[in-house]
Amino acid sequence: MSTSTANVQAHTAAAKSVARRRESWANTRTYISAAVIVVWCLLPFYWMIVTAFRDVGYTFDSTPFFTHVTWDNFKTAFSAEMGNHLDKALMNSLFISGVTTVVALLFGVFAAYALARLKFRGKFMVLGVVLGASMFPGVAIVTPLFQLFGNIGWIGSYQALIIPNISFVLPLTVYTLTSFFREMPWELEEAARIDGCTQGQAFRKIIMPLAAPAVFTTAILAFIASWNEYLIASILSNDATQTVTVAIARFAGSEPHQEPYTAVMAAGTVVTIPLVILVLIFQRKIVAGLTAGAVK
Amino acid sequence: MSIQLESGADPGRKIARKGSENKEVGQDRKEKTQGRAAALLVAPSLLVLAIVILYPVLNAIYMSFQQDEGLDPVTGSFVAGGFAGFANYIHWLFQQCETPTGAASCPPGTLGAQFWSATGVTFFFTVVTVFFETILGFWMAVIMARTFRGRSVLRAAVLVPWAIPTAVTAKLWFFIFAFDGIANTLFNTEILWTGSQGPAQAAIIIADVWKTTPFMALLILAGLQMIPAEVYEAAKVDGASAWQRFRLITLPLVKPALMVAILFRVLDALRMYDLPAIMTGGANGTTTLSILVVNQIRVGFNSAAALSTITFLIIFIVAFIFVRFLGANAVESASGGEKRKNK
Repeated sequence: MSTSTANVQAHTAAAKSVARRRESWANTRTYISAAVIVVWCLLPFYWMIVTAFRDVGYTFDSTPFFTHVTWDNFKTAFSAEMGNHLDKALMNSLFISGVTTVVALLFGVFAAYALARLKFRGKFMVLGVVLGASMFPGVAIVTPLFQLFGNIGWIGSYQALIIPNISFVLPLTVYTLTSFFREMPWELEEAARIDGCTQGQAFRKIIMPLAAPAVFTTAILAFIASWNEYLIASILSNDATQTVTVAIARFAGSEPHQEPYTAVMAAGTVVTIPLVILVLIFQRKIVAGLTAGAVK
Repeated sequence: MSIQLESGADPGRKIARKGSENKEVGQDRKEKTQGRAAALLVAPSLLVLAIVILYPVLNAIYMSFQQDEGLDPVTGSFVAGGFAGFANYIHWLFQQCETPTGAASCPPGTLGAQFWSATGVTFFFTVVTVFFETILGFWMAVIMARTFRGRSVLRAAVLVPWAIPTAVTAKLWFFIFAFDGIANTLFNTEILWTGSQGPAQAAIIIADVWKTTPFMALLILAGLQMIPAEVYEAAKVDGASAWQRFRLITLPLVKPALMVAILFRVLDALRMYDLPAIMTGGANGTTTLSILVVNQIRVGFNSAAALSTITFLIIFIVAFIFVRFLGANAVESASGGEKRKNK
C-alpha cells in the first residue's frame, strides 16, 4: 500500500518534471524565436544608425558597432551647397502631413461617428466605399492630377501635394475611427441625454473627452501614412516643395556619380528617429489602431 | 461583396419592420431621424472622396480615350489630339505601336513593349512577397501571442520596420545590398545585387518582406487573440496534438482575419512602386505596373491614363475575386459583424 503510493508519487513527480522540462524547453524556444524576430527587425535599422555616424572613408567598414564616429554625414545631409535641403524638406513634410491629418480628421470624425453610432440605410455601402478608397492605387489618380494641376499651374504647390494625400488618408481615418468609436461606452451618452443634454452637448461634453485618445491615435496613423508617401510627391512636387521621402531618394553627395551612402543613412536616421520614438511611446494604441476593424 | 448581401437582406428586414409597425412606430421614426443625421455627417467625407478620387478616375477614363498630341517617338511625325477610341488600350494590351507602315508590335525597350512583362513582374512580386509575409507573419504572430517576460520589447521591435518610410527602407536596403555592402560581406559573396534580374528581384522582395511582415503579423496576432483559450484547453483534454490544435482550431478560427490581412497586402503589393523605383529604377526586370505608368506620364498623359485605368481594373478584379470567392470580407469585419446580428 505504502509502496504503491510512493510509486504513484514518484510517477507524478516524474511526470511533473517531464512536463516542467518540456515547458522550460518551450519557453526557451519562445525566447530564441523572439530574439530572432527582434534581431531581424532591428538589425537593418541599427546598421543605418551606425553608418550614419561613420566617417565617409569607412562607408563599407563591416565592424558591427560604432567606429569612426562623426557628425559630418548629418552636415552633408543638411548641406545647401550640395543641394540637400533636408531642413526645407522636413518642413514641407511636416506641413503637408500636418494639414492632411487635420483635414482628414475634421471630415473623418463626423463620418466615423455616424458609421459607428447611427443606424441608417446604405451604411455597408459607405463602409465599402471607404474601404475601397483606402485600397485605391495611387497611380490611378496621379496621371489625371498631373495634367489637371499642370493646366492650372499647381504642380509643385502645397495644395497639389495635400489633395492627393487626402485621398488615402481620409479613408484610413474614417475606417480606424469607426472601429474605435464602436468600442466606446456610449451608454454614457444616453445617460447625459437623460440628464438633459442635447445630442450636440452630449457629444461635446461626454463623447469628445472619451474619444480623444482614439482621435489622437488615428492622427498618428494618418500622419505617418502621409509622411511616408512617395509616389505622388515624387511626381507633383518641385525642388521647393519636395517632401523628405523625395529628398532622400534624390540625395546628392560630395562626390558626383558616387552614391553618398553615409549621408543618406544620416538623413534616413533624421527622418526615422522621430517616427520610431512616437511609435514606441504609443505602441499599444498604434497596434490597436492598425488592427482595428481588420478583425472582430 | 457584402453590399450585395445587404440588398439581399433588406426585404427581409422591411417585412420584419412592417410586421411590427404598430408596436415600434417610435423606433421607426428614430431610425429615420438618425438616417438624416447620418447623411449630414457622412456626406462631407463622401464629397471629399468624390473630389479627390472619383473625379480624377473619371477624368483618367476620359483621357484614356484621347490621342496624345505631339511627335510620335517612333515615326517622328506630328500626331494631333482628339478621340482615339480604344487605340491607347490596344497599344498597351497588344503592345502595338504606330510605325510609318502601320501598326506593328512595339520595338523592344520602348515602354509600349513592357506591359505584359510589367504585369508579370507585378504579380510575381505580389505572390512571392505576400507568401513569405504570410508565413513569417504567422510565425511572428504565434510568438507574440505567447506570454513571456519581455514580450513588450518584441512588440515594440516589430513596429520599427513598419514605421520607417518606404523610401528610407529602399535606400537602407540599397546600401545593404551594395557591392561592397554588408550583405555580400556577411555571406562572403560578390553579387552585383541590383545589376541583374534574379538578385535585383530578390533584393526588392527581401526589403519588402522586412518592411511589411510586421503589419501582417499584427493583423494575424489580433485574429489569434480572438480565439478563447478554453478552446485550446478543451482540445488538449481531448488529446489533440499541437499540430492538430493548429490545423483544426487556430487555422479555421483565424482564417477571417488572415484573409483580410492577405487581401490588404495583396492590394498593396499590386501597386508597389517605392522600393523598385528607388532601389533599381525599374531596371533588370523590376519594372512594376506603377513604375510603367509613371514613366509613361512623362511621355504622354492620355496613354498613361489608359495604362493607369488598366492597372486600376486589374487591382479591382483581384480584390473582387478575393472578396467574392475567397471570403475575405473586409467590409463585414469592419462593420463589427453587425450584419450577422441583423440577420
